[in-house]
Amino acid sequence: MRVAVVGVGYSGFNANTPDLSWKEIMYEAAVRAYEDAGINPRKDVDSFVTCAEDFWEGFAIFDEFVPDQLGAVLKPTFTVTADFLHGIANAYMIIKSGLAEIAVVEAHSKASDIVTFGEVIKFAFDPIWLRPIGKAHPYYFAALEKSYYMSRRGYSDELFAEVVVKNKKHGRLNKDAPYSANVSVEDVLSSEAAFYPLRKLEIAERSDGAIVFVLANEQVAKELRDDPIWINGIGWWSETSNYDTMSFEAAYAKKAAEMAYKMAGITKPDKEIQLAEVDDRFAYKEVQHIEALGLAKKGEVEELMKSGYFDRKGELPVNVSGGNLSVGNLLEATGGQKALEVVLQLRGEAGRRQVDAEVGVAMSWRYIPTATGAVAVFSR
Amino acid sequence: MIVEKVKGLKYHKKQDVAIVGAGMTIFRRRLNETGKELSYYAVKQALEEAGLDISDIDMVVMGSAPDAFDGVHMKGEYLLDGAGGSNKPYMRVFVGGGTGVFAPIAGYWHVASGLADVCLVVTEEKMSSSHPHPQSAFKYIWDPILDRPLKPNLIWIFALEMRRYMHVHNIKHEDIALVSVKNKANALDHPAAQLAAKITVEDVLNSEPMALPVRRLDVSPPSDGASALIMVAPHIARQLTDEPVWVAGVGWSLDTTWWTNRDLYFPRYVAEAAKMAYKMAHITDPRKEIDVAEPYDPFDYKELHHMEGLGLAKKGEAPILTREGVTARDGDLPVCPSGGLLGVGNPIAATMGVKVAEIYWQLAYRAGKRQVPKEVTTGVAQAWGDLMQVGTVMVLSNKR
Repeated sequence: MRVAVVGVGYSGFNANTPDLSWKEIMYEAAVRAYEDAGINPRKDVDSFVTCAEDFWEGFAIFDEFVPDQLGAVLKPTFTVTADFLHGIANAYMIIKSGLAEIAVVEAHSKASDIVTFGEVIKFAFDPIWLRPIGKAHPYYFAALEKSYYMSRRGYSDELFAEVVVKNKKHGRLNKDAPYSANVSVEDVLSSEAAFYPLRKLEIAERSDGAIVFVLANEQVAKELRDDPIWINGIGWWSETSNYDTMSFEAAYAKKAAEMAYKMAGITKPDKEIQLAEVDDRFAYKEVQHIEALGLAKKGEVEELMKSGYFDRKGELPVNVSGGNLSVGNLLEATGGQKALEVVLQLRGEAGRRQVDAEVGVAMSWRYIPTATGAVAVFSR
Repeated sequence: MIVEKVKGLKYHKKQDVAIVGAGMTIFRRRLNETGKELSYYAVKQALEEAGLDISDIDMVVMGSAPDAFDGVHMKGEYLLDGAGGSNKPYMRVFVGGGTGVFAPIAGYWHVASGLADVCLVVTEEKMSSSHPHPQSAFKYIWDPILDRPLKPNLIWIFALEMRRYMHVHNIKHEDIALVSVKNKANALDHPAAQLAAKITVEDVLNSEPMALPVRRLDVSPPSDGASALIMVAPHIARQLTDEPVWVAGVGWSLDTTWWTNRDLYFPRYVAEAAKMAYKMAHITDPRKEIDVAEPYDPFDYKELHHMEGLGLAKKGEAPILTREGVTARDGDLPVCPSGGLLGVGNPIAATMGVKVAEIYWQLAYRAGKRQVPKEVTTGVAQAWGDLMQVGTVMVLSNKR
């Protein structure tokens, strides 16, 4: 029995949303997803999964506040403290276990409510070993990783600038990409080296939004619509949360991808996958993730990137939506935006940025300071 | 368009799920160990009981209640390497205070879906890092506009609930206090217990008032601790033990955020969760078919409240069953033979050790001095949490 996505809905994505509360953006996304799937949440949905971290939300037990606006009151509902794709993994397993025929996954970001973003991230550091680093912004840890990774692979700084140029250009065709722009490699390289060697334009700004997916088992999916998008594989993996023991080469993405590919029966990802949306909340992360997902060989990304291989019109389009560099950092909803783009593309509903693809992959990372990621393979 | 669906759940799961090992640390206030270390101890015990090594574990599920206790953001990531989750698929699930029974439910679907054959479930709580008291973390669980300005705390709202329950069924405090007397005495046989004691009803009624009718001895203590459980597919269970305990049913339900709009005398969310779990376990008369129960008992009235939610007693009947000794360890329906949260301690998510793990030990006849004298086949464990809002239920059986 397979599992499919039968409805998607989203709200946003905006740099800030002063007019709506997080409950309202969740409601908007949910209503659109239920409408898209043609279901009634009170009657048809067997289980609800939400994805949130307490500190991002400013609550101590955030899952208390999710049921009403999703239509999930007195239903099997719970929270995963991880990315949207981890939520998809749970919904997938709940359906595979026969606990539900239809399951809903939600994630959102109201990042614009967070006043001291860097300070919140620091609360994720080990309180004894790492948190006492004083006033240093956590982005310095990303800078260290970039530095290590560049020297390890011999990539030049232009490569990461190319990633920014490509993604910000892709975002120009996406009406929901508040940070899209026409920039040049020179613009990126001359932007402030705020966290050397990480430059300002290589860091995704934060944005608000919510994403809701409706998942169903094979039989129900076929009843609901003619074009369900199948989840062929799902994988998630954690290395460690300690900076001194993580690989700095996105091993979490490699392992999560191996798990998802095995489930999907994919042996040559660079040939079998036609579309990828990967976490690019720092420009170098896109390069790491392309390698980890097996979409290019180690050390070859620079040449391919410069030749336009990963462009919207290239051989293997990566981050056609504009990625996080255009859409923004959506916190735990980041994987949701990735999966949403893949589903819209596979359904042929991506408008001006439509590409031709049968199989697409979405990948997310849990941001600083984690080495945790998830990968989902979708097909028409 | 609204489709004609809802055919009822079919339970076409990939494979059955067995529990083959469990472990837990002692429960205490201010243990010296970090949360990572506590997790490690519990995992080590569970692996030893199952006869497995950490490399045999396919996937890890973590359960831990709010990050605010530890002051650590992404607490799941922080606990990861202590819990044996590094270099594995690792998932943290969360339903506030209900996490202790919810984490093994997530463990269940990791195995039942066929994605894992061996799943380690770890739950951890370190409440004592919170200064001056864990109640200060609970300041942030309220709606910021409607509730928070009233400066409520948990004892205060449970006092409302307890009073409502007593009022509707005309229950005396003496009858409720019997639960505390029973559970603290049961805990005398638990090696991990924090507040095991021989006390009397008078002791409870004369203890310090917290927020009346709640008094000091009506309440479980804040604790530090961890517990672990190993859940496996049938072909693995066969290799490890002759007497696995099977997961027969799981259920969970989350009620509205607006706790002020509920009639607090009956936990509907527990009843909904139990309905789901019983349906799956083919239980139609829980009072007759359940042999041993571990309902969540952070307060003494809560055990009674939850027995009624679980259908183990009619509404208002649980205090009578308790007074008649039915729920004693040697009674007809032993309830909280472990000593529960009142006796063993209440490290929120880590109470998996006195709920699901206890039922596992009882059904595997491994509960030692706590073993109930009657023959047991089926048991139920339940937890509860959030704003008097979530019920999580697991039914176990030693017959497949």
